[in-house]
Amino acid sequence: MAICIPVITKENYPLYICSIPTENELKFQYMVHTSLDVVDEKISSMGKALVNQRELYLGLLYPTEDYKVLQGYATISKVKFFMVVNSSNTALQDNEIHRMFWKLHNSYIDVMCNPFCNSRDFDNMVMYIMIQVC
Amino acid sequence: NLGSLQPLPPDSNDSPASASRVARITGAGDQNLFTSVYPTLSQQLPREPMEWRRSYGRAPKMIHLESNFVQFKEELLPKEGNKALLTFPFLHIYWTECCDTEVYKATVKDDLTKWQNILKAHSSVDWLIVIVENDAKKKNKTNILPRTSIVDKIRNDFCNKQSDRCVVLSDPLKDSSRTQESWNAFLTKLRTLLLMSFTKNLGKFEDDMRTLREKRTEPGWSFCEYFMVQEELAFVFEMLQQFEDALVQYDELDALFSQYVVNFGAGDGANWLTFFCQPVKSWNGLILRKPIDMEKRESIQRREATLLDLRSYLFSRQCTLLLFLQRPWEVAQRALELLHNCVQELKLLEVSVPPGALDCWVFLSCLEVLQRIEGCCDRAQIDSNIAHTVGLWSYATEKLKSLGYLCGLVSEKGPNSEDLNRTVDLLAGLGAERPETANTAQSPYKKLKEALSSVEAFEKHYLDLSHATIEMYTSIGRIRSAKFVGKDLAEFYMRKKAPQKAEIYLQGALKNYLAEGWALPITHTRKQLAECQKHLGQIENYLQTSSLLASDHHLTEEERKHFCQEILDFASQPSDSPGHKIVLPMHSFAQLRDLHFDPSNAVVHVGGVLCVEITMYSQMPVPVHVEQIVVNVHFSIEKNSYRKTAEWLTKHKTSNGIINFPPETTPFPVSQNNLPALELYEMFERSPSDNSLNTTGIICRNVHMLLRRQESCSSLEMPSGVALEEGAHVLRCSHVTLEPGANQITFRTQAKEPGTYTLRQLCASVGSVWFVLPHIYPIVQYDVYSQEPQLHVEPLADSLLAGIPQKVKFTVTTGHYTIKNGDSLQLSNAEAMLILCQAESRAMVYSNTREQSSEAALRIQSSDKVTSISLPVAPAYHVIEFELEVLSLPSAPALGGESDMLGTAEPHRKHKDKQRTGHCMVTTDHKVSIDCPWSIYSTVIALTFSIPFRTTHALLSSGTRKYVQVCVQNLSELDFQLSDSYLVDTGDSTDLQLVPLNTQSQQPIYSKQSVFFVWELKWTEEPPPSLHCRFSVGFSPASEEQLSISLKPYTYEFKVENFFTLYNVKAEIFPPSGMEYCRTGSLCSLEVLITRLSDLLEVDKDEALTESDEHFSTKLMYEVVDNSSNWAVCGKSCGVISMPVAARATYRVHMEVMPLFAGYLPLPDVRLFKYLPHHSAHSSQLDADSWIENDSLSVDKHGDDQPDSSSLKSRGSVHSACSSEHKGLPMPRLQALPAGQVFNSSSGTQVLVIPSQDDHVLEVSVT
Repeated sequence: MAICIPVITKENYPLYICSIPTENELKFQYMVHTSLDVVDEKISSMGKALVNQRELYLGLLYPTEDYKVLQGYATISKVKFFMVVNSSNTALQDNEIHRMFWKLHNSYIDVMCNPFCNSRDFDNMVMYIMIQVC
Repeated sequence: NLGSLQPLPPDSNDSPASASRVARITGAGDQNLFTSVYPTLSQQLPREPMEWRRSYGRAPKMIHLESNFVQFKEELLPKEGNKALLTFPFLHIYWTECCDTEVYKATVKDDLTKWQNILKAHSSVDWLIVIVENDAKKKNKTNILPRTSIVDKIRNDFCNKQSDRCVVLSDPLKDSSRTQESWNAFLTKLRTLLLMSFTKNLGKFEDDMRTLREKRTEPGWSFCEYFMVQEELAFVFEMLQQFEDALVQYDELDALFSQYVVNFGAGDGANWLTFFCQPVKSWNGLILRKPIDMEKRESIQRREATLLDLRSYLFSRQCTLLLFLQRPWEVAQRALELLHNCVQELKLLEVSVPPGALDCWVFLSCLEVLQRIEGCCDRAQIDSNIAHTVGLWSYATEKLKSLGYLCGLVSEKGPNSEDLNRTVDLLAGLGAERPETANTAQSPYKKLKEALSSVEAFEKHYLDLSHATIEMYTSIGRIRSAKFVGKDLAEFYMRKKAPQKAEIYLQGALKNYLAEGWALPITHTRKQLAECQKHLGQIENYLQTSSLLASDHHLTEEERKHFCQEILDFASQPSDSPGHKIVLPMHSFAQLRDLHFDPSNAVVHVGGVLCVEITMYSQMPVPVHVEQIVVNVHFSIEKNSYRKTAEWLTKHKTSNGIINFPPETTPFPVSQNNLPALELYEMFERSPSDNSLNTTGIICRNVHMLLRRQESCSSLEMPSGVALEEGAHVLRCSHVTLEPGANQITFRTQAKEPGTYTLRQLCASVGSVWFVLPHIYPIVQYDVYSQEPQLHVEPLADSLLAGIPQKVKFTVTTGHYTIKNGDSLQLSNAEAMLILCQAESRAMVYSNTREQSSEAALRIQSSDKVTSISLPVAPAYHVIEFELEVLSLPSAPALGGESDMLGTAEPHRKHKDKQRTGHCMVTTDHKVSIDCPWSIYSTVIALTFSIPFRTTHALLSSGTRKYVQVCVQNLSELDFQLSDSYLVDTGDSTDLQLVPLNTQSQQPIYSKQSVFFVWELKWTEEPPPSLHCRFSVGFSPASEEQLSISLKPYTYEFKVENFFTLYNVKAEIFPPSGMEYCRTGSLCSLEVLITRLSDLLEVDKDEALTESDEHFSTKLMYEVVDNSSNWAVCGKSCGVISMPVAARATYRVHMEVMPLFAGYLPLPDVRLFKYLPHHSAHSSQLDADSWIENDSLSVDKHGDDQPDSSSLKSRGSVHSACSSEHKGLPMPRLQALPAGQVFNSSSGTQVLVIPSQDDHVLEVSVT
């Protein structure tokens, strides 16, 4: 189960953060913010290859004792999707994470494309992922 | 690329396992021989690589074989079930130098058989028999069998079908080519056999191992046991220098163990795992300095290892192999994973760990890994791979910090007894320092021990680590991470009561979060910063941070109230230096949302009251009493700008009056949200000539805002940028309580000086604290104007018409003048313009903005000279509007417009020609002088009236009967009703009668149309030479039913001269004699008969009259002209005749004319002129005829186009004078007879001309 799903813009400010439990949100924000360092590094080292291969998943970014920050990465607009999971959550399969990021990305695109911007759908998708991913 | 990386030298003394790091080969048989060959053999064997083909499709590898030769003993052979692979003898060699059959038979054979039996008993098939040939020995012996025989014997006896198991080594200790050859063959054989043995034995081993692994679900299966088995395999691979394969073994073990832990966590426990769940008692960290930590290995072997032991050992082996593989950075990465993982596993397995024990373990392990890596890399490599190691540094720092907190080393007072106890317990768990690091000064063990020994030592170590970590993060550009560590450091400093050191780290972190808009970290860091600033006594900064926090919605209500109260408490303190102001930016305190003016166009006259209502959105959680809210206003005068005149302002500035301010979102990134919205406008550029569209586009009006340099983020926090402006003009509002949320605040001001006022700053003061909004943007301005009183008079219609009542609008703009009771406009009456006073005249009084209006009665008093209009009372800056009817008396310019009968009016025709053809009305200007109460000077107003009619007259004759025709043309847009037309003779000829031939007394005259009136002139006595007439006709607009006043009739005066007919001219054309009709081309005769109709009259008395014997005669000139070229006049076309002035005197003229066309042709014109002799002063007299025939001839022929008989006379004379002057010759003058005096009785008659017979050409001209 993901415990925090932030969406970070190209300019690295948080666009959307959903976390359960909410008390830890500050901690998650610090964590996700710090992990942006690694994202920057990875993106710059990948460069063009990233775009060509369409490999948007950047993998484990910022492991700590308690949490792992995983990240998906939307190439074109440089919007970043993160997923914070408990370190104890070892059952998480890579392909499952890929799928979740893919779903998240699609849902995000849907919201962005919708002129009426119904973010509730996105909320639902995020909640679904948080509960589903386990 | 890791050239300098070398595996640790095998430390054979310390590690028992290292002795067996090469393949074991046993030697049996001749021990002396074996010993002598051994050094060369062990040296030569690894020299050349050998390809190792492997099972399970694994890639073949080239390996160098190294061997350890031991003497054969039966104990060395593994017993059934022994899994030790490392000590496994892969090959058994029997050495013999025997060359003697007897000896062979006696001893060697038995020995060999025994050896083979032992091998067979242990089912070992990897053996080799080596027969060493020694020439020296051969020479000594005489009964030497050929070498081959003994070899054959041995092969025969032992190598059943395996002849290759027996080799011959010739003279191994000699240096000859044969020896060399023999060695090579031997070594190759040895290698091949060794590899075969490996393949076989390892394959078997792996199969066994797998079988064992498959049993892992069975009860009693031991991980430790399995661990040892698989590690054997790893050792063998390591021995074979196959580190990759060795590593795989450990990784598999690692994964297997991890899986068990996970499964255990999921409730699927394995019995053996509970053993690892024993409480952690030792936490002495990873040991990486030895290739094999035998102590730990043995504990695993004994199944006494804890989880940390197992993990430590496993990692130390992985580390060793990775370093062999020259992958130190992977060590660092794996180490971090391992440490995280261990902490998780201990949690998952619910292993009881004393507080701080794990921190110690992690700290020691991090440093151990780092030192291990540093030990095998040079500085440059380390520096370029900080990214890999910095995580460990950071982790170590974090752990040391938590240890410090745990052991009371961070508190101000130092550790208490409980802390000390805990410290002692922790140090006890470290045990004694390992011998291998005992001599290292900076060993992790020593560091930790020292750090925990005292507050000062801890501080030193912690600061060292933190700074090193921050520096490393910074150097590789991981600024966020660096700031995050910095924040921890700041927390430490705050605990150590050193806020001055903490501040820079907090500021740095906050700046970073602000730049990227991370709301929660911002709030949290700000809270820390507030505390720091409070301790530092930075009052302004603290108050500013407090205001930001008080408005921060991420904080709880209580926290916000606390920070708000901090500000209010400070503000309520009596200031030690009165007048000292703490200036803070406003945005965190309250935000300006919108502003609106009353009047809404933000234009007010001098002395007027202007209200500015602003909406301030208070960010504070509680109501705040504000002593005063002040808007600083910048005043500027733009006198020369038309846009600032009262007229323009009152008319053009029409906004809805509400200005919205973009919400300030300072906590969000400057790069994005702080930019104002684009103000885009459409733009059309049209061609000036035909107004067609040239270009169109979109322009951005606020480019300067969007493209300006981004201000550095620091300005968001620094109050230094805010300067309080002190201006003379302020709007002030005192004692306002700002409730949380939106507040309406109204400023009221009385406008003083005219000009433009720009709102610049908004300040709110709470005690000595001033919240300042330094710039109000978008720009907000209001204008104050002053205005002079003015009077405008303008017609309501496009143009005023004379003769009928017309409405004129009076507009009095009071400006700064106040209309008092009794103030009136005094109009000096123009003579020809009446001001019609209506009983119920009313005036409208508006305010300048046209918002209010009232109605007031208007009193108008007229006397002969002056009309006085009493104005209603009106305050300054108002507009009074009323309408008056004026009537310009109609008149027509009589006698060619020379009459001036309108007093001050100036009738004028604009252009004579234009007026004839066009429809321009004649206009008259009336100037009215008006005295206004506000000025001693009179205002002169000119009103232009147009006369709606144009009138022309004509004299018509029928023989001697005369008619006067008057044509009235309506030039205006209006329809009129004409009535009561009169034509009167203004002269005194009493016997003249004007008999109207008009039937209707009432007649409509429509717009742009004409009406004709005709009168017959009748007289009894001799008519006067001229007649003065006045035409008058009543008119009224057809649309209006009733007019309050009677209108004056329209009059037109004119003069008719010489209207009496003197001559009758009659022309006749006769066909040639004998012909019935005239024919084209044949001469016809024209007979002109001129008859005098009257006796001598007054009009005849001129120069041409000659008297002889009481008979009077006059000279006339006739002229026959055919303008239409129907006729060719043959011979003289003109002539001068002397006409007796007597009734019935007749003159007959014959002429030849030739018709040029066939048909009914009008007769040629016959004109009569009066022939005046030249003045006697002139010397010679020309023959008139010759002069006329000389015909350059522009004799006056304007009779046709000059119907205006009134001007004929004068014009004719003018012409004559001109022509005589021009020619400079004495000439007789011609004067056309006025139209009224000649009556052409044959005008209009036609003569039939038939075509001539031989005329074959028919000309048809179509025009």
